[in-house]
Amino acid sequence: MKFGVVVFPGSNCDHDCFHVVDKVLKQPVSYIWHKETKIGHFDCIILPGGFSYGDYLRTGAIARFSPVMKSIIEFANGGGLVFGICNGFQILLESGLLPGAMLRNTSLHFICKFVHIKTETNSTPFTKNCKKGQVLNIPIAHNEGNYYCDEKTLKDLKDNDQIVFRYCSPDGEVSDKYNPNGAVSNIAGICNKNRNVLGMMPHPERCSEDILGSIDGKYLFESLL
Amino acid sequence: MNIVSVYISLKKTVADPQGQTVKHALESLDYKEVEEVRMGKYIQLKMKDATEEKVNDICKKLLVNPIIEEYRFEIK
Repeated sequence: MKFGVVVFPGSNCDHDCFHVVDKVLKQPVSYIWHKETKIGHFDCIILPGGFSYGDYLRTGAIARFSPVMKSIIEFANGGGLVFGICNGFQILLESGLLPGAMLRNTSLHFICKFVHIKTETNSTPFTKNCKKGQVLNIPIAHNEGNYYCDEKTLKDLKDNDQIVFRYCSPDGEVSDKYNPNGAVSNIAGICNKNRNVLGMMPHPERCSEDILGSIDGKYLFESLL
Repeated sequence: MNIVSVYISLKKTVADPQGQTVKHALESLDYKEVEEVRMGKYIQLKMKDATEEKVNDICKKLLVNPIIEEYRFEIK
């Protein structure tokens, strides 16, 4: 299973993702510089977290037009696995690979803490090792994680089982009280209709080793193998 | 050469917590007559041969995310 980690100017979780794939999953992985127009052969491409292009204009809005994105959109449309984490999720929304848009957190604060998320579906390549309803303890670190979509899109997401993760209590209760950023319907992660593109705000690469306080992120990476 | 002024704001249907916070600050300064504050962006383009069609293209392609934002512009 060959992984690629895209590096945009301002990416800052690229090394963390590379490390998890290389040292924890023990799979081949290489960086893909954002200026590359041909990406070669990969099985899964990770769009990492960070502040691509300084988050200027809107998060992900400029990265979406990086030269590499044309190949990534083609890769995704051809069924390749694309995993967008945090800023990577924002780029997937701006590029139209996933529906909706990201707003500033309702608190207007940058939030950096461990939260709980409920696995709403395990019928994706990213969550197939999770149990449906499984609660993961995982960190978030973002200023724009307030997922927004209109009612019709939300209905489509629900009808097509595309809501993959929702913010919840430690025992899996989904309610406003456990929504850190104001996201519609507590959404923390969604996939596309074909289920080969996943975007999520929490950071599985920051909780895939015992020393980091949680290994729940490993469920996602290991699902891909 | 044209100067194009683009005004972008969140759609009415999208909550604007920045605007609400500013409104509360104005209330605390006793400006009770302010009913609503909406925040937005102002982008100025200096460009040749600006046409409405071209500026609309620029807005739709990059400057504005139509899912959450609306815009208007003036060409001078």
